Amino acid sequence: MVGYITKRALWAIPTLVFVSFISFVIIQLPPGDYITAYAAQLRHGGEYLTEAQEAAMRQQYGLNDPILVQYWRWISNILFRGDFGHSLEWNAPVSSLIWERLGLTLAISTLSMVFTWIIAIPVGVYAATRQYSLFDYLFTVFGFLGKGIPDFLLALILMWLGFTWLNMDVGGLLSPRYESAPWTFDKVLNLLSHLWIPVVVLATGGAAGLIRVMRANMLDEMGKPYVETAYAQGLSERQVVWGYPVRVALNPFISTVGWALPALFSGDVITAVVLNLPTTGPLLLQALKMQDMYLAGSFILILSVFTVVGTLVSDVLLAWSDPRIRYA
Amino acid sequence: MAIETLEAPATEAAPGREEQLYTAKPWTLIWWRFRQHRLAVASLVFLVLLCVAAIFADFISPYTPSSIDRLNTFSPPRAVHLFHEGAFKGPFVYALKRTRDPETARVTYEADREEILPIRLFVHGEPYRFLGLVPTDLHLFGVDHRRQRINLLGTDSLGRDLFTRLLYGARVTLSAGLVGVAFSFVIGLALGAVSGYYGGWLDAGIQRLMEFIRSIPTIPLWMGLAAALPIAWDPLFVYVLITIILSLIGWTHLARVVRGRFFSLKTEDYVLAARLAGASEYRVITKHMLPAMTSYIIAAMTLAVPEMILGETALSFLGLGLRPPVVSWGVLLQEAQNLRTISLAPWLLAPGAAVVLVVLSFNFMGDGLRDAADPYGR
Amino acid sequence: MSVNTTPMPPERLLQLDDVHVHFSMREGLVRAVNGVSYHVDRGEVLGIVGESGSGKSVTARAIMRLLSKNAIEAGGRIRFRPEPGKEVEISSLPRDGRQVRELRGGHIGMIFQEPMTALSPVHSIGTQIMRTVMLHRRVGKEAARARAIELLERVQLPKPTEMIERYPHQLSGGMRQRAMIALALSCDPALLIADEPTTALDVTTEAQILELLKSLQAEMGMAIVFITHNFGVVADIADRVAVMYLGRIAETGSVDDIFYQPKHPYTRALLQSIPRLGQAPVRRLKTIPGMVPDPFNAPAGCAFHPRCAYAVPGRCDTLVPEVSLFPGDQSARCHLAGELPEEAL
Repeated sequence: MVGYITKRALWAIPTLVFVSFISFVIIQLPPGDYITAYAAQLRHGGEYLTEAQEAAMRQQYGLNDPILVQYWRWISNILFRGDFGHSLEWNAPVSSLIWERLGLTLAISTLSMVFTWIIAIPVGVYAATRQYSLFDYLFTVFGFLGKGIPDFLLALILMWLGFTWLNMDVGGLLSPRYESAPWTFDKVLNLLSHLWIPVVVLATGGAAGLIRVMRANMLDEMGKPYVETAYAQGLSERQVVWGYPVRVALNPFISTVGWALPALFSGDVITAVVLNLPTTGPLLLQALKMQDMYLAGSFILILSVFTVVGTLVSDVLLAWSDPRIRYA
Repeated sequence: MAIETLEAPATEAAPGREEQLYTAKPWTLIWWRFRQHRLAVASLVFLVLLCVAAIFADFISPYTPSSIDRLNTFSPPRAVHLFHEGAFKGPFVYALKRTRDPETARVTYEADREEILPIRLFVHGEPYRFLGLVPTDLHLFGVDHRRQRINLLGTDSLGRDLFTRLLYGARVTLSAGLVGVAFSFVIGLALGAVSGYYGGWLDAGIQRLMEFIRSIPTIPLWMGLAAALPIAWDPLFVYVLITIILSLIGWTHLARVVRGRFFSLKTEDYVLAARLAGASEYRVITKHMLPAMTSYIIAAMTLAVPEMILGETALSFLGLGLRPPVVSWGVLLQEAQNLRTISLAPWLLAPGAAVVLVVLSFNFMGDGLRDAADPYGR
Repeated sequence: MSVNTTPMPPERLLQLDDVHVHFSMREGLVRAVNGVSYHVDRGEVLGIVGESGSGKSVTARAIMRLLSKNAIEAGGRIRFRPEPGKEVEISSLPRDGRQVRELRGGHIGMIFQEPMTALSPVHSIGTQIMRTVMLHRRVGKEAARARAIELLERVQLPKPTEMIERYPHQLSGGMRQRAMIALALSCDPALLIADEPTTALDVTTEAQILELLKSLQAEMGMAIVFITHNFGVVADIADRVAVMYLGRIAETGSVDDIFYQPKHPYTRALLQSIPRLGQAPVRRLKTIPGMVPDPFNAPAGCAFHPRCAYAVPGRCDTLVPEVSLFPGDQSARCHLAGELPEEAL
């Protein structure tokens, strides 16, 4: 097991290097750089930068160096000093801008993931044990709908329904009057009344897919001889189903946790833009549109690092739950 | 138990049909199995109709996508009626009366139950070039009135007809999906085939690459790449680049399917036999292995189209993909971005409904194809 | 159908009377088990022989009430005597009810054909045995563990204290089948149903497993229903034999009677298709002409008549033969039973 995890962890290192380089390259792709964009913005406001000023700024930010040098400067600062660079647009260190938002993204994603699992596992198991029942058909339809409706559309529809039918104050995480208020019970309630839409949006897409996966896995496993053996031991249906095939069917499930993370982060980004949540999404979008390279790059880097780590965690979980891998 | 697994091959086993079954060509078998999937067949019909509508969008739609009507902004969808006061009048719509609320200054529309506008076929309207070639002004249907218009799905903030724009958007969105899949098909097939056929370190390397790509959250990555495209570029060029960006990430799934098939086919006896008979590697791959997996590839491609469409829609919706004046469903949905507009004009979500329908149809069709792909399997 | 209602004799452990099991499928009704009657006495080994699809495994699952959901238990009576003086009519109990679950694993153990897949891949051998012991014996974890070690020792697995921590994928096929036997015997069942337990094993391992089963049977005294398609295995282990063909028992009798005085043409044909030591070397082995008929349209009359060398037209292809009894508890379902011409076996 230790060998297996070490191997996986070692594999994660080149992935991380690659991912970080990609993050950096993406930001370097657009023709022109931040200074061009900054100058354009200033022009819009009626101010001008001279050629010399632009050149000086480029020099100051090291924008003229070869890309590998710039990359090395960027990544070594992150690794050794926790310095993600300077957001040129916000005129503030990137690290002061991102952590709070990343924390919120992580919190919402984790909450959605837990929610997804709580829905998907029992429903998938039940649908498989009662194959072709009304319940099974109902959730098959739900599964297809969840797959077909884009996250942002679902967010829009829920927002609209909440607004017109439930007269709720939607969008954001808190109503304006609570934003600077101290934490009270009412404020928590208010938070929850805002939080349900993103969580439902993110969990629906995930749950729809996972229910189908779980159902298919369960149907596969329930036909295997060891299930008959378990019945032949005198165990009741519930003991058999939850003790044996569910345990096995969960394994491919666990191995997809790592891949669920990228999907959740993706969903979170776009949902947050629609719902105007103070998570990474809107800031990342803004940064990309402004070509604020250090900010955007840091977001993409950190989200990717989270997913790499998530994949690693799911590998470890899988090894823990599946002896065939543990002792391979 | 032998008895339980014994399965007679045809379901509607008429005696003559069984004979046919043994002699049928693989594609006939696939088609037979596909036909049993009613939802998949319905999806296929729907998608074919939609594609035809998209190709002839300029003729079918009553207006052109950019024709603005300032006196007809945010007008609601018009219901098509057949009976007026109990009398059959053929298909018609009621005229729309525009009133302004004196207090809020908001424009409201109301159907004028007095004036009926019969729907005419082949009316002369705004000029356009049919399929971009033949100049004409003939439209499939419309109403004959100087002021009034027929807006089956309502209008947007500039009074443009949403039905027209939806049809024109279908061209861009559907073709982006198909072109994107074509790109990822080329990449996926090439890398998947190499990976599956040669195995070894090449396979390991390609597998790694696929893992890298899958471990990056797609939307931020797409956003990052799409944001790199300059706003000033030609919309058509941006469109091609966006589809390439989508396929740069979307090919991994296809490659996995191809690789898996190659791995299982490689060990088949008939492939070994071909190799022993001295067939070249190129011949073994193209003549012996590829035909055995075409149906799988088609199924996988069908399932990949909705991913592309969702990707295009999401990017355009965020303002990072296609931009006006290009009309795509994602671009149309940009209008429905804020709550105020949606509550004022919920019909602006119609392109969203279209996306859902198309994505579901492709999924159903792909599922049907995947089941039918192995005509000798269960 | 006349169902035997006479009380079971005292030495009787299990008795099946006219059991029918059908499967409803898209293509029609399959009468997989079509009136099977047999019995097992306490401490006796009954071998059940038949080709694939003859209904031998389905009958065994009917005893355990483990039939799949599309099976129709279409009649007949299955009685079982878990301990002297106590009689249970298994066929009338609710499927998956508490009483049936007490019998499964507690009084009737079962071994399956595929040792590779019949054990849960994610639980250790010990866990699987302990779970059964704790379920039926109502003992604590420590006692169950001790019992599991004892059982593994009994089935002659090396280092039982280490073995209970092992997972199935770490064991060889023969070892897994030993573990499977330990699991089936964990609560000292009165009856062990072995459904082709050695079919998936190589010949050497098969012999070892048979030896093990014989010694365990001698030691623990349970009765065994041993299902196989291999006459040689039956000769090795069984006291009595039942030969099945297309959902019916063709012939039953003691091993010696079946092997030396077969009364049914099917039994005879099966025996002639087996090579024997000391047999005149020039003769070709006989085969049974034709194929096992399609289960959806079983032949009328005697199901074996299309392939039977002795079939009498007008009789065998119209009338279902009754059971003819012979001395020594031998019986055969054939119109010509006892009248077949003598033939060198």
